[in-house]
Amino acid sequence: MATRTLITVPPTARRGDVIEIRTLIGHPMEPGFRADAQGKQLPRDIIRRFACIYGGETVFRAELSPAIAANPYLAFHTVALESGTLIFLWEGDNGFSHSESVALTVT
Amino acid sequence: MAAGLGLVASVWLRPAVARESLAAAVARFAAGTPVREGKVAIDVAPLVENGNTVPITVHIDSPMSADAYVQKIAIFNELNPLADVATFHLGPRAGRASVSLRIRLADSQKIVAVAQLSDGSLWSRTAEVMVTLAGCVES
Repeated sequence: MATRTLITVPPTARRGDVIEIRTLIGHPMEPGFRADAQGKQLPRDIIRRFACIYGGETVFRAELSPAIAANPYLAFHTVALESGTLIFLWEGDNGFSHSESVALTVT
Repeated sequence: MAAGLGLVASVWLRPAVARESLAAAVARFAAGTPVREGKVAIDVAPLVENGNTVPITVHIDSPMSADAYVQKIAIFNELNPLADVATFHLGPRAGRASVSLRIRLADSQKIVAVAQLSDGSLWSRTAEVMVTLAGCVES
């Protein structure tokens, strides 16, 4: 199944503005502590890491745990410095890896 | 436990070994540095209906300049199967030390957010959350 993401970044910002970035990714975040209807423990399947790279620099990074709700939502901030691409990376169990990029125009 | 298993098939099973306490988890993060109360604000509803997805915002009063900024924000819980919730790494380029996320809470419990500033000092805040429907009871 294709991974779906929802990323909210203002399309334009003035240099020096603090902008809010909101990200959501479709993922079950199976915590690994639950059992199925047969009583068999479901193996853990979560996103472990998230990073936002802006202008070649990691501006925000997160380490996640099973206590993060399904379809992890993260909102954070960054200072708009230059026009460029924001790269978002998610990595997790079972080799899960997903990236998205969003253009930002700084005036 | 066998009798109740069918009924509560999807409840979080407790790990066989006792989990790390909230205080121990904070101490592990602090690594010997004293943790002081203050500077950190936790924005979370005191009473939540659904523990499967609890919106929470952690904000730190910091100028986020090149020489005074928040390096890390860590969130811990008291009663989930694991003490860790998340750790965030920030820098002066964040502009504002504020993160929002949605977490799971297996029971009514305390949540602690700890912030490490660029001078190495640690600040924390504790929030108490009442949960009506425990996280992960519903599949």
